[in-house]
Amino acid sequence: MTLSVSDVKRVADLAYIEIDEDEAKETLIQLSGIFNLIETMQAVDTSTVEPMSHAQSVVQRLREDAVTETDQRELYQSIAPQVEAGLYLVPQVIE
Amino acid sequence: MQWEIVIGLEVHAQLSTQSKIFSGSSTAYGAAPNTQASVIDLALPGVLPVLNKGAVERAIKLGLSVGAKINSPSIFARKNYFYPDLPKGYQISQYELPVVQGGNIQIQVDGAEKNVRLTRAHLEEDAGKSLHEDFHGMSGIDLNRAGTPLLEIVSEPDMRSSAEAVAYAKTLHALVRWIGICDGNMQEGSFRCDANVSVRPRGTEKLGTRCEIKNLNSFRFLEKAIDYEARRQIEILEDGGSIRQETRLYDANKDETRTMRTKEDANDYRYFPDPDLLPLEIPQSWIDQIKQTLPELPQARRDRYISAFALSAYDASVLTSSREMADYFDATLKQLPAQAKLCANWIMGEISGQLNKEGIEMTACPITPSQLAELLARIHDGTISGKAAKTVFESMWNGELDKNVDAIIEAKGLKQISDDSAIEKLVDQVLAANAQQVADYRNGKEKAFNSLIGQIMKATQGKANPAQVNAMLKKKLDG
Repeated sequence: MTLSVSDVKRVADLAYIEIDEDEAKETLIQLSGIFNLIETMQAVDTSTVEPMSHAQSVVQRLREDAVTETDQRELYQSIAPQVEAGLYLVPQVIE
Repeated sequence: MQWEIVIGLEVHAQLSTQSKIFSGSSTAYGAAPNTQASVIDLALPGVLPVLNKGAVERAIKLGLSVGAKINSPSIFARKNYFYPDLPKGYQISQYELPVVQGGNIQIQVDGAEKNVRLTRAHLEEDAGKSLHEDFHGMSGIDLNRAGTPLLEIVSEPDMRSSAEAVAYAKTLHALVRWIGICDGNMQEGSFRCDANVSVRPRGTEKLGTRCEIKNLNSFRFLEKAIDYEARRQIEILEDGGSIRQETRLYDANKDETRTMRTKEDANDYRYFPDPDLLPLEIPQSWIDQIKQTLPELPQARRDRYISAFALSAYDASVLTSSREMADYFDATLKQLPAQAKLCANWIMGEISGQLNKEGIEMTACPITPSQLAELLARIHDGTISGKAAKTVFESMWNGELDKNVDAIIEAKGLKQISDDSAIEKLVDQVLAANAQQVADYRNGKEKAFNSLIGQIMKATQGKANPAQVNAMLKKKLDG
């Protein structure tokens, strides 16, 4: 798979990362290197290997369904830039 | 051209756990803003999600109820998008290997049975809430809802009309409540529907371009939104246009759908397995254990009502529309075996009617099943007429007397006259006093018969057993 500068820009846009033309070109070279690495690995025959979804072969531990948290709003909001009526305030967003 | 509407539904059912899916915060509805939002829900750096066993258990329950495959391992994935009410910048959801795969739901539409296939049901967390009232040009964020466990239940595009879509949604709604995994409260957003709608020329196989209508929070809106959307698409196609794949919103005030976002600016969510969560293993022993706790399902119970009690498919469907009603029916019938139809009629009629009228749930019904059974037993043994029973019912409902059925009948003097000799005496008296009507009847005036019945009932204040009066009068006049 070949990556283009516009692919890089699209991904940056989706990730909310601002990059200029030069950075996009530089990132393209680096990402292409990673893609080459993946391609090399994909050449290995893995048809008999079961896919893993996690690097460690351990399983998820579960928590009993119980409320263990108490209200600490005041503490958490003490580090928020702006709060009002118990709400966190953010720049207006209307889709 | 004849058009065929094709519908698939995505339902978000909020799971009835005490705590959130990845944190120990409470999920109780209506708390003051951000008082149920912990460091995990706020996505502060360094925190890790820990999966709630109760949420997984509820997902498995649904899977077992619809005959689906339970995936093990099952994988959690990050769905990436930016919005202030999603502080992590991604929603933890499932992509590959959801907990529930496949399954089927039987629906009834106009007396016909139809199967709707499920694609999958996956666990995910809800987002917070954005309030756009004016906070000096800013938005307010409440993260109490963030992290609330949801089960997204996705159907195949198997429905062909808004009526089928509503029947499916109602059946699923009843099922999640029946098995106790979701409270089904649509006003509070515990059960939300998205509808995928497309149209195609009848008789063709290829699916048309679909539009997704988001956040339909009532069955009525679901029906109206689909009807509007199908009409809109058909009009465009008949005018030679083409449908653009997009997400639309239903405006209930205007009864129309409008564009929310098109496919071009749709998010590419860049799903990938969440490295914070390990693969979820669901041992068969756990599945078996959950299976033991499942109640008899609505479908099975409906079939049993039809085969064991000879109830109609309609009666059986109504009685199994909620577990509370079915349990009420079973409990009543237990006291009064072999009177299924009588019990069904009263529960579907008087009881349901009063509950609806007063807007209360079956669980808060002031008349217990055994009290109802006592009343129905008095109809069955001829002590009171059906009409008098309604009077007694009203007294019981309103808590008059001590709710002892026999005491109410006695106090109100509603006991039916069923003694043959007493009735004969009454009939004789009325016949003697109405010679003209007797003559009229014998001359072929059928109406005179009813007038005579009326006189007899009036003379007894409606207490004479109507069937006996009828038979006796016929015997006297015709015999």
